[in-house]
Amino acid sequence: MSDPVLSIRDLTVEIPTRGGLLRPVDQVSYDIAKGEILGVVGESGAGKSMAGNAVIGLLNRPAKITGGEIWLNGTRIDKLQGENMRRLRGKDIGMVFQDPLTSLNPLLTIGDQLTETMLQHLSITQTEARKRAIAALEEVGIPAASERLDSYPHEFSGGMRQRVVIALALCAEPSLIIADEPTTALDVSVQAQIIALLKRLCRDRGTAVMLITHDMGVIAETADRVAVMYAGRLAELGPVREVITAPEHPYTDGLMGSTPLASKGLKRLRQIPGSMPRLTAMPTGCAFHPRCPKAQDICRHDPRPRRDGGRAACHFPITHSAEETA
Amino acid sequence: MTLGGDCRNCRLMLAYALRRVLQSFLVLLVVGLVAFSMFRFVGDPVDNLLGQERTQEDIERVRADLGLDDPFLVQYWTFLKKAATGDFGLSYRQARPVGDIIAERAPATLELALVSGTMAIFFGVVLGIFTAIRRDGWVANVIMSTSLIGVSLPTFLIGILLIYLFSVELGWLPSFGRGEVVDLGWWTTGFLTASGLKALILPSITLGLYQMTLIMRLVRSEMLEVLRADYIRFARARGLREKSVNFRHALKNTLVPVITVTGLQLGSIIAFAIITETVFQWPGVGLLFINAIQFVDIPVMAAYLMLISVMFVGINLVVDLLYFAIDPRLRADRTKAH
Repeated sequence: MSDPVLSIRDLTVEIPTRGGLLRPVDQVSYDIAKGEILGVVGESGAGKSMAGNAVIGLLNRPAKITGGEIWLNGTRIDKLQGENMRRLRGKDIGMVFQDPLTSLNPLLTIGDQLTETMLQHLSITQTEARKRAIAALEEVGIPAASERLDSYPHEFSGGMRQRVVIALALCAEPSLIIADEPTTALDVSVQAQIIALLKRLCRDRGTAVMLITHDMGVIAETADRVAVMYAGRLAELGPVREVITAPEHPYTDGLMGSTPLASKGLKRLRQIPGSMPRLTAMPTGCAFHPRCPKAQDICRHDPRPRRDGGRAACHFPITHSAEETA
Repeated sequence: MTLGGDCRNCRLMLAYALRRVLQSFLVLLVVGLVAFSMFRFVGDPVDNLLGQERTQEDIERVRADLGLDDPFLVQYWTFLKKAATGDFGLSYRQARPVGDIIAERAPATLELALVSGTMAIFFGVVLGIFTAIRRDGWVANVIMSTSLIGVSLPTFLIGILLIYLFSVELGWLPSFGRGEVVDLGWWTTGFLTASGLKALILPSITLGLYQMTLIMRLVRSEMLEVLRADYIRFARARGLREKSVNFRHALKNTLVPVITVTGLQLGSIIAFAIITETVFQWPGVGLLFINAIQFVDIPVMAAYLMLISVMFVGINLVVDLLYFAIDPRLRADRTKAH
């Protein structure tokens, strides 16, 4: 494989608080190749969005990157400040947010918002930008794009607005898109359309996608590989099919067992006992050990089981026979 | 924008404006009723006119002359008709038409209100934006702490303190009056002479300080709110410059609530001018009103009441039309979006 578009190495994000140092992202590493869609799953608070915000340099103070490296197209970007980071945003990294109803400025037409983004990053004229804006809207499936260019966000439905948001994220042709729960706020009937659109556009352009979601169904549909996060740490990383059909980490196994997937037929859903630890009360050793059915003494003491060769960061990964994974 | 869209917006705007004008007239009718009632309930005007030495015939003649025997509604209608042409009768005290007295005094008050209003809006908005963007800087913190003084000190005290410092101690600025004014025939202005301008400084600061701090604190809190919004994050995520994020995206969204309060505040600048005018012996309508109260000069009081309400209603009308211009969602509420 060629060099990855995005490469995260041991990324750590910390938040200093009065109660002590919180670590919402703890030594996370993954790559995303050109044209690849990496699904990042996990419960709320698992650190998946925080990692995405760290990559695009939009962490809310006082959270900050305190360790590790972020490489984008062979350039290290985690140390970039102010103007240098701003120039990357939109141009090299696009972002799609969760709620299309609130991510567009209500007082500017969508044409204004598209052209200002393009004029910021590309050396083109106003007329050219307008032309491209119409093309961008047509590409995301807005009917009568040239007429709708001067419409305000409130004149569009939720699904249409998310299409506009995608057009905005892609309009300067970035090499990486971070999609943070792009379908969570949408009607179920629209979700599949938006996912299909995002997938098609990124495939056509060879854009790498970090698809952050808690919806295993969306991941199964869309992603090439999946990163499972738990309490700020990477639990398992591997190709989607393998992770879904033969999870190695006991947490992933529990997660799959509690997710209704059509491919698995109708079975009673399992649940993982307990809940994810708060950042203020992290257990010693492996973060999952208090809930883990396979936990041993070493899990309580060794904080950092490595993913040596395998997919799961676990001392006792689940092994599967050959036909199970097939 | 297509031509059709433009015309649709014009028509909507016109319909909206007409509706608001109609509502404004209703408000004025009610205020007119209050002003008119003062004549009936604060003493008998015939007593005031004829004094102690009078006969029953005198009373009846005057009542008939003045139309005081007419039904209430007829009298009210006559009052409104005359008020609409600026005729509020004769001042009891000065025995001159009230309209003339007010017209003489109004330029002083309006010039004062204009200067202090402009100052309050300009510095209020600029400082509000500054303290919101630099919210952790020490300059912003100093401004915010100082602004508490502006909010909490009573107007007359600020005026007296300013007079003490700049007129008594330093002797830089006059402590009372309008200075030299230039008479343009229909308007007297203090803008054209050095002493007129100097005389404006202290009263304008006194009158505008409270409004300025209020606008500043409002702009700041609205701006902070907007800066947390998703579309601001998205604007940043698209790599727009801070200047564009702050001024193009955030500021416009802060304006709607700010305009509401600012509009009301401008109305009260004119109304509150009473206190400032008293402190600085400023020859405006506020001072006129205070003197009218002392002498129970009902026509002057009624005219002042109408004048202030016309101002308030007028400003509110402008504010409502401004919303319409700024917020496209208002325009669309009347016609169903696609």
